[in-house]
Amino acid sequence: MATRIHPLLILFTVLVYVFLLGPLIIIFGASLSDTTYLTFPPQGLSFRWFQNIWDISAFRRTIVTSLQMAFLGTGIALIVGIPAAYALNRYRVTLPGWLSTLFVLPILVPEIVIGFSLLRSVTVQAGVPVWYALLIGHTLLVIPYVIRVVSASLASFDFSIEEAAISLGSPPARTFFTIVLPNIRSGVIAAFILSFITSINDVSVSLFLTGPGVSTLPIQLLAHMEQFFDPTIASVSVVLMLLTILVMIIVERTLGLAIVAK
Amino acid sequence: MTQALTIDRITAHYGTTKVLEDLSLSVAEGELVSLLGASGCGKTTTLRLVAGFLQPTAGAIRLGDKDLTRLPAHQRDIGLVFQNYALFPHLTVRENVAFGLKQRKVAGPERLKRADAMLDRVGLAHLADRLPGALSGGQKQRVALARALVIEPPLLMFDEPLSNLDAKLRIDMRVEIRQLQRANGTTALYVTHDQEEAFSISDRVAIMHQGRIMQLDTPEVLYQRPANAFVANFVGFENLIPLQVTTRNGAEITARTAEGAALTLSQDQLGPIPDAFTLATRPDGLQVTATGGAGLPATLGLRTYLGRAYQYQARAGALSLTANGPLSQPLDPGTAVTLVPNPEQCAILKPE
Repeated sequence: MATRIHPLLILFTVLVYVFLLGPLIIIFGASLSDTTYLTFPPQGLSFRWFQNIWDISAFRRTIVTSLQMAFLGTGIALIVGIPAAYALNRYRVTLPGWLSTLFVLPILVPEIVIGFSLLRSVTVQAGVPVWYALLIGHTLLVIPYVIRVVSASLASFDFSIEEAAISLGSPPARTFFTIVLPNIRSGVIAAFILSFITSINDVSVSLFLTGPGVSTLPIQLLAHMEQFFDPTIASVSVVLMLLTILVMIIVERTLGLAIVAK
Repeated sequence: MTQALTIDRITAHYGTTKVLEDLSLSVAEGELVSLLGASGCGKTTTLRLVAGFLQPTAGAIRLGDKDLTRLPAHQRDIGLVFQNYALFPHLTVRENVAFGLKQRKVAGPERLKRADAMLDRVGLAHLADRLPGALSGGQKQRVALARALVIEPPLLMFDEPLSNLDAKLRIDMRVEIRQLQRANGTTALYVTHDQEEAFSISDRVAIMHQGRIMQLDTPEVLYQRPANAFVANFVGFENLIPLQVTTRNGAEITARTAEGAALTLSQDQLGPIPDAFTLATRPDGLQVTATGGAGLPATLGLRTYLGRAYQYQARAGALSLTANGPLSQPLDPGTAVTLVPNPEQCAILKPE
């Protein structure tokens, strides 16, 4: 008996997609408008608002800062988070239960609180330069994601494989790279993607930590919007989306496929 | 190259819980010794101590004349076979087997040659390029065996290697393990909870309980001459009858139960018998006979059918006994009988 899909289900599915994708299509359309105000459907077709991003130096600078924060913050978070997740899973029996909760605290605490407390401590109290404070904030923001996602991979990892490698003469540190890491790679890639997206789109933490001359793209977008309501905002949004998608594709192609080929 | 293993008075703790106490064990060159016991008896702990995954709180472990006690696990040169196979899922069967050789810096072509030769020995040469995920349980365990053997370790250790396999395959695999171990003359330590498995392949078996070795001997001795009540029970001597010698007449002795029932036993058959002892028998070693003769007067209880015999739960005074009777004459509960131990199926337990 062939399964018939109920017409209501089709309608519902279409509605969900319209709801999810509609706003994005509008933004995309608006960014191509030739008008000096945001409008949809676009009137005329122009790339001048994209050109405008490049012309406004603040956007140029903040794109660079955003990418720095996303790559470096995620990188540091992976370096810190993977060993932490490893230890939490490897020694699960001997470690107190609240310890793993502690590591995901930044997800539970409202981001705005983290932003403010970092401003108060790192920037004001310790006098850390803005760029570094921002990096600390972004790193902290994404560490919980790394730990959660990598932990999920490690939960199904059989640690006796690691013992087998050690018994065959592989020192523990080398074993981690040749045996453990290849087997949790999907988790590591997922952690990278999730962290990167979280970092590059972050507003709440960055809002507190940006300062004179150092800002991220979303913050600059907000600042720009307060003064101008032109399609630049839409085109920046499109750039932000494309940037994220581009990084995802690169990661998937390089890390993902390289490992499959191995 | 194969070497004797000596475990010298080791004690081990998990946190503050003592899991092994003053345990000594030696495995001679080329010998296969099993550690047999229920879960939690310390057999796996012993294996992990030898492997170097745990540190003893006291005592020493030696392999040949090399002291392993403080040596890191990766320098111990021990072939390990795990219960869940522990194959590297991201490496092919050949790469799995070659892994240990790679750590030993064996050159590429030589490495592959030796890995392939070992795979051939376990009959899996045709699967060399597969990933472990594509193998059956039995094949996985063969790969694990090949991986442990290819490094030509002075000591092989098995941690319940057959527990995840089905019954038929378990028997095939244990024969195969024994043949490979014999052929290589490798010293081996084998952990299992399966008595038949341990007895069938071991030179000697250590029966463990609560972190101690209760008896370490050949399967034959363990099966026929258990040294204490625990081992006796473990190998199926279900009936433990406490007795006191009343008269000695050369090799013949007469002993009585607390209720006064008398048994005549021969020291020629059973070895020296102390004044106070426990007679251990299997259900098969306790004959059900008509009342009146010499033996233990008893009343039969529940009868169960075993296929080759009937089994009876019987009461003889304060003792609960299990005896097997012939299929030719089923007896009903309440029947008064005399139970006669068959000396060939008895063991003398000295007081502990």
